[in-house]
Amino acid sequence: MDLKEKLISSFLAFENQMDVDTYVHDIRTEAIKTFEDKGFPTKKDEDWKYTSLNRVLKENYTLFPKKENTLEYREIKKYFIHDIDSYKIVFIDGEYSSYFSETTHDGMDICLTSAALAKPKYRLIIENYFNKIATKDSLTSLNTAFSNEGAYIHIPKNKLVEKPIQILHFSTGNEAASMLQPRNLIIVDENSHVQIIERHQSLTDNPVLTNSVTEIFANKRAIVDYYKVQNDNQNASLIDNTFINQRRESICSVHTFSFGGKLTRNNLKFYQNGERINSILKGITIIGNKQHVDHSTLVKHIEPNCESHQDYKGIFEDNSVGVFNGKVIVEKEAQKTNAFQASNNILLNDRATINAKPQLEIFADDVKCSHGCTIGQLDENALFYLRTRGIPKKEAKALLMYAFTNNVLESVKIPELKQRIHKIIATKLGVNIGFEL
Amino acid sequence: MLKIVNLHASAEGKTILNGINLEIKAGEVHAIMGPNGSGKSTLAAVIAGKEEYTVEKGKITFEGQDIDELSAEERAHKGIFLSFQYPVEIPGVSVTNFMKTAINETRKAKGLKDMPASEMLKLIREKSELLEIDRKFLSRSLNQGFSGGEKKRNEIFQMALLEPKLAILDETDSGLDIDAIRIVSNGVNKLKNENNAIVIITHYQRLLDYIVPDFVHVMHNGKIVKSGTKELALKLEEKGYDWIKKEVYG
Repeated sequence: MDLKEKLISSFLAFENQMDVDTYVHDIRTEAIKTFEDKGFPTKKDEDWKYTSLNRVLKENYTLFPKKENTLEYREIKKYFIHDIDSYKIVFIDGEYSSYFSETTHDGMDICLTSAALAKPKYRLIIENYFNKIATKDSLTSLNTAFSNEGAYIHIPKNKLVEKPIQILHFSTGNEAASMLQPRNLIIVDENSHVQIIERHQSLTDNPVLTNSVTEIFANKRAIVDYYKVQNDNQNASLIDNTFINQRRESICSVHTFSFGGKLTRNNLKFYQNGERINSILKGITIIGNKQHVDHSTLVKHIEPNCESHQDYKGIFEDNSVGVFNGKVIVEKEAQKTNAFQASNNILLNDRATINAKPQLEIFADDVKCSHGCTIGQLDENALFYLRTRGIPKKEAKALLMYAFTNNVLESVKIPELKQRIHKIIATKLGVNIGFEL
Repeated sequence: MLKIVNLHASAEGKTILNGINLEIKAGEVHAIMGPNGSGKSTLAAVIAGKEEYTVEKGKITFEGQDIDELSAEERAHKGIFLSFQYPVEIPGVSVTNFMKTAINETRKAKGLKDMPASEMLKLIREKSELLEIDRKFLSRSLNQGFSGGEKKRNEIFQMALLEPKLAILDETDSGLDIDAIRIVSNGVNKLKNENNAIVIITHYQRLLDYIVPDFVHVMHNGKIVKSGTKELALKLEEKGYDWIKKEVYG
């Protein structure tokens, strides 16, 4: 039985064990039909031209892994940003771990999707927000059909959430291969501000496939800073589908740091429903071996006087493959739009690949839009400069790569996170330079 | 200190240096002049160990050791310094952090431990005063957004910190106003002593008013075609290069 059949045939059993709420039930049933019709995307789909899922779909995944109870904090401590006070929503093999988590219902809800979907008091919110901006493509529909667990965050208006929220998904690998489908719903009301860090981490070498969906609603003048840390091991793959709906004068930023994993596909979609909105999409990708990272972004400018800024840096070594597929749509009403997009890439050898495809669809006439893709090597002259100062070749290369990614790192607003990313980069580049990289 | 014998070097199959002979002793200041494309900057880069150039023939010895097989960083560790005509910008790495890395990598190569932080601070403060560099400048990203003058001053500041035995200043005077030339050359003169040597590559006599050379060499077509004392530079300033070409090629 292939994975698609397996998913479809396990759907009924999954749905039957859930608390039946007609509204959610109907959405799930509709979604499995969509998935059944469309199936997994293939390279024939325009959006998947450069990324094939074949090598990750062939595993015999367990769809509902058994929960591992023996995990200890010392085993997973390093995956947290542990030197800051934060809220934590932790999942182990797809199930919530109250032991490692630190949630709240005090003046705001930082808790679980399963609770929000099941409890009547969340009913109105669910009907207003759940599955409202997630698209009907096959992978998102697949997640919707099995949507049950994940982070549910609702920040009411005029609230500055002082502690960042960390969402961590661990897989213990106690099954030979497991598939996870977390579903996050984040609602930030008027004038509120929140910072969120999300990470998926496999703890063994057994294959893991995560098909995650996150819906984020930034209401009027809300500020949302979202950070995705992707540094998983060689057998873990991630399809991250993130949808962001912005209301007037809101500011949302998503930073994606892709340093690991077997195959990572980021579908990041912004919808600007209001005036004077700012959307910021930034990423650093540093990969090697046979790793594959795909950033597929969409920014839809719908109303006037909005901005979007995309800045992605990629460094590719060995036989790694990078994809940048960035789409900007400026609708007819969206006059005075400022939309910028840059994808800069360094290939460290001639076996590494980057496929960069900017797409601009502009229907308004008074706009400023730009895109720039560059693909190059490390500057030999710059390397020589550093080496004449006594800095060995390896360290000199690392310094140049660090400098190349620096403007993206600079915009990280949580200092401890920034420091952590510095460390991951230094480890990744195999150097120990006398100061914090 | 440095001895170059019959040096031929090429890049991408094209010969650029065509039999250079040059000897530089400790305590000396040499100036290398010559028209554009004569091979001055290539000579500097070959001495410093740039990999794009292939030494076809001849030999460079530094303190009696053949340095042909040494990498750029190994040459730097031995005490060869090149001040760049176009210093490279490194965003996100401050001048201070960059220099700490450079100093400690050099110490590491010599089997020494990292310089203690307090000593490093003192050294940086001392040398920045020498080049009239203020403290804010030290925390800026290396060369990023620096003016031409700031970049060159920063090069000499690096030289001051690394204390090389042989410093090659490649067109350090280009793009400098008169005040910047004064500060830079003042710094160089203070760093000069009987144990080190300086090679100045320049188009103009101007810098040589401030840093007075013991010898002046003129390069043309990848060769040193004439050598003399500082008066030669004055003559070049006055008469240009044509008379030398006539003298050499008849």
